[in-house]
Amino acid sequence: MADIVVKTEDVVKEYRMGSNVLRALDGINIEIERGEYISLMGPSGSGKSTLFNMIGALDTPTEGKVYIDGQNMSQLSQRQIAAFRCHRVGYIFQSYNLLHVRSAHGNVTLPMIFAGIPEKRRNEKAEELLDMVGLGDRMYHLPDELSGGQRQRVAIARALANDPSIVLADEPTANLDTVIGREIIDLIKSLNEEQGVTIISATHDLKMLDVSDRIVDIRDGLVERVRNREEIEIEVGEVGGH
Amino acid sequence: MQQRTPIEEQIDLPFMESLRISFQSLKIRFGRSVITTAGITLGIAFLVSVWTSNEIGIALQESGRQSTINTFEETTEAGISTKDIWLIVMSLIVCVVGIANSMLMAVTERFREIGTMKCLGALDGFVVRLFLLESGFQGFSGALIGALIGTLGAVLLGLKDYGLDLFFYFPLLPAQPEDGPMQLGVIVVILLGCFLGMVLAVIGSSFPAWRAAKLPPAEAMRTEV
Repeated sequence: MADIVVKTEDVVKEYRMGSNVLRALDGINIEIERGEYISLMGPSGSGKSTLFNMIGALDTPTEGKVYIDGQNMSQLSQRQIAAFRCHRVGYIFQSYNLLHVRSAHGNVTLPMIFAGIPEKRRNEKAEELLDMVGLGDRMYHLPDELSGGQRQRVAIARALANDPSIVLADEPTANLDTVIGREIIDLIKSLNEEQGVTIISATHDLKMLDVSDRIVDIRDGLVERVRNREEIEIEVGEVGGH
Repeated sequence: MQQRTPIEEQIDLPFMESLRISFQSLKIRFGRSVITTAGITLGIAFLVSVWTSNEIGIALQESGRQSTINTFEETTEAGISTKDIWLIVMSLIVCVVGIANSMLMAVTERFREIGTMKCLGALDGFVVRLFLLESGFQGFSGALIGALIGTLGAVLLGLKDYGLDLFFYFPLLPAQPEDGPMQLGVIVVILLGCFLGMVLAVIGSSFPAWRAAKLPPAEAMRTEV
């Protein structure tokens, strides 16, 4: 039996804007297996980022349920949700969301401070992680002193600080040029392959197609179709052949 | 199937850790912190200068000395002119609005940071505590500097009006003259000014911080200033 790490049941999200109600998600049902690399694809406004937020416990659905590791997220206490965000998932955002008052090293240690890891251990771990993403020589620079690609590397190191089993990446390459974007994708893919981290990425970057195990196409708040790796390879091959 | 370990409860951070993070934040954002603190300083300086001038005026009237410029002014029975009361109330309003505004702005521009910290596992209470510590420190230091500047201003004005007599009758301590109104004295005015500045800064910052901390992180990070 497949090990389902994320499951959504009829997830609906509505935003109230004055007297209008915007239905961003209209009943989403997906299952994600442990160790998978999943890309949520769709045009902007399709609801993929909203779904991303629901899966990451960054927002609560209006209706429906989200299960992670078999736990119904709506039944967790505030403290459990904080612990979930701290230990179980790592987030990577389009705009990096680094704390600009903390150095690269300071950003990576912060989730470990929240987890109560002793200072010596967390400093070592931050150094290891920053070394791994190739920023060993810029550890004590502030985010403003780093390039976009370097900032995203810090964000990746930070996402891995507490050894999460899931990494959520929301448009991680959207603000980067093709070459740097490719490097970031390769880095994320290597986490998936070498460490078995489940990757859930919202994207419309076609470069992410050929590294994904499955692609969930989201349109108008619904799952339009789910494609798996074999179908994707054919499509990419065709595009490449022309 | 792999283990389904139940999700544990998030731990509280030790107080020293919060203190360290809040000071680090003030230090790195030094320029911005100074501007916010300057807002508090100005409000309190204005309030304390008006108030202290008033105290000095009353003290010297009690002693029989008249200001060269206030001689013809109509005074109430208590010895405080309506203009003085009006000025104190006005300066209090300016001070409250000014401090609340500068703290509110300082927190609002950090909504994204609050959302990000929650993504990394911060408890709502930690976020509020961080802002409480930062604003308490800013409020106290800003208000203390403001109160001292305000007092100095009032003393200089007093010197111009009353000359060196000012120092003989300087209302440093609280006093209750037999036939006059209760005098707070300059020290009490300074302390009240510091207290007010700190309380206003803490309320002005922790209330919006508390509201931001309650938001789901996705919403806090969406907020644009």
